[in-house]
Amino acid sequence: MIRVVLPAHLRTLAHVNGEVTLAVSAPVTQRSVLDALEGKYPMLAGTIRDHVSRQRRAFLRLYACGEDLSHESPDAPLPEAVASGAEPLLIVGAMAGG
Amino acid sequence: MSRVRVLVGTRKGAFVITGDGKRDRWDVSGPYFGGWEIYHLKGSPANPDRLYASQSSAWFGQVIQRSDDAGKTWESVGNKFAYDGPTGTHLWYDGTPHPWDFARVWHLEPSATDPDTVLAGVEDAALFRTTDGGRSWHELPALRTHESGKLWQPGAGGMCLHTIVVDPAKPERMFIAISAAGVFRTDDGGQSWRPMNKGLVSEQIPNPTAEVGHCVHRVAMHRTRPDTLFMQKHWDVMRSDDAGETWREVSGNLPTDFGFPIDVHAHEPETIYVVPIKSDSEHYPPDGKLRVYRSRTGGHEWEALTNGLPQSHCYVNVLRDAMAIDALDPCGIYFGTTGGQVYGSADGGDHWAPIVRDLPSVVSVEVQTLS
Repeated sequence: MIRVVLPAHLRTLAHVNGEVTLAVSAPVTQRSVLDALEGKYPMLAGTIRDHVSRQRRAFLRLYACGEDLSHESPDAPLPEAVASGAEPLLIVGAMAGG
Repeated sequence: MSRVRVLVGTRKGAFVITGDGKRDRWDVSGPYFGGWEIYHLKGSPANPDRLYASQSSAWFGQVIQRSDDAGKTWESVGNKFAYDGPTGTHLWYDGTPHPWDFARVWHLEPSATDPDTVLAGVEDAALFRTTDGGRSWHELPALRTHESGKLWQPGAGGMCLHTIVVDPAKPERMFIAISAAGVFRTDDGGQSWRPMNKGLVSEQIPNPTAEVGHCVHRVAMHRTRPDTLFMQKHWDVMRSDDAGETWREVSGNLPTDFGFPIDVHAHEPETIYVVPIKSDSEHYPPDGKLRVYRSRTGGHEWEALTNGLPQSHCYVNVLRDAMAIDALDPCGIYFGTTGGQVYGSADGGDHWAPIVRDLPSVVSVEVQTLS
């Protein structure tokens, strides 16, 4: 199972606590994980990727295994540790201060 | 016994405030959707327990929430606002062409007769409709694709469709307002539109009397006089008595005719309310005094309403969707400030009191009159 960590506001929107787990068929990519996430939690559609352009929202990043994967191709394989469930994919909102 | 329910959208969540017919004691619930911007929430006239809320965030985009139990519980519904067909361009701030790009829903206008039908005014300016309780949204594209669309330009807050007024006698007639394009009217349910800006004068644009380009802040109508419209423009308070065909200025003795909201008394079609703001570069009340101005003559002659409102050191703003009027007799008036206060008057504006004081910055206020 793929593990995904959502930012707090999206956990609230999806009515989940902690990590979510997803069944994702190979190849495990950003696109396939986000497709599975939106399939299981339809209320998240449009909140991570724009409905029309399918682009990642500008203030969100995708991290895993200590790396920023935000600018990788959405169809590039995610690290094996993510595909195996050893490590989560982190969806991270930009920090807001002030 | 009659009750009222005040729906407040803020920069950090929504609040539902209920009071009895006396309107002197209030129960505040919320925040709902804490941390999200709630540009607007509004109840269905056909089913007052059905509420809709526009929830948005710079991080996560647009969400639409629906409640079927007067705000106790909420369900996120459809949030796909896809323009119908090629988007084309409008003018950007620097005057160059800029593609239409959906940002958020500014205003939700539920149908008077069907709880599942709602109009949504969005940024970049367009009009959408749902007929299935918010699960899916479809654009009425004739407005955005109007031949003047390429000349529309955003105001400082974005190029937003913020006002939707439906003629209660002829629902196929609607008025919408866009900053900064102006007022448009349809007589065929949104299949075609005409600009309705004759008589507006805006010195901030190259041709002050242009057909489009005016920064209209708000338009209001009394339901018994659908041909009479009142407008708070960026500068100038205006009225039309021919369903928007022509406008004339009624700013009269206002201390400043800049402002955002305008509304009409529930039972007196010639009694209107505005909140004068010092200027478009300061965005706070003149002299540090928060004053609602009332005209009982449909404009021209205005009186300051100050009893219960702060009359020193007050530097809040009142945004365009942040004033509402209930239908009780005498009617109640409510407005919210960028300082987080919501003020109410149970006697048509003669006396005011805060019904809640320290909310996040208020974006919108609506009120439902419940029997």
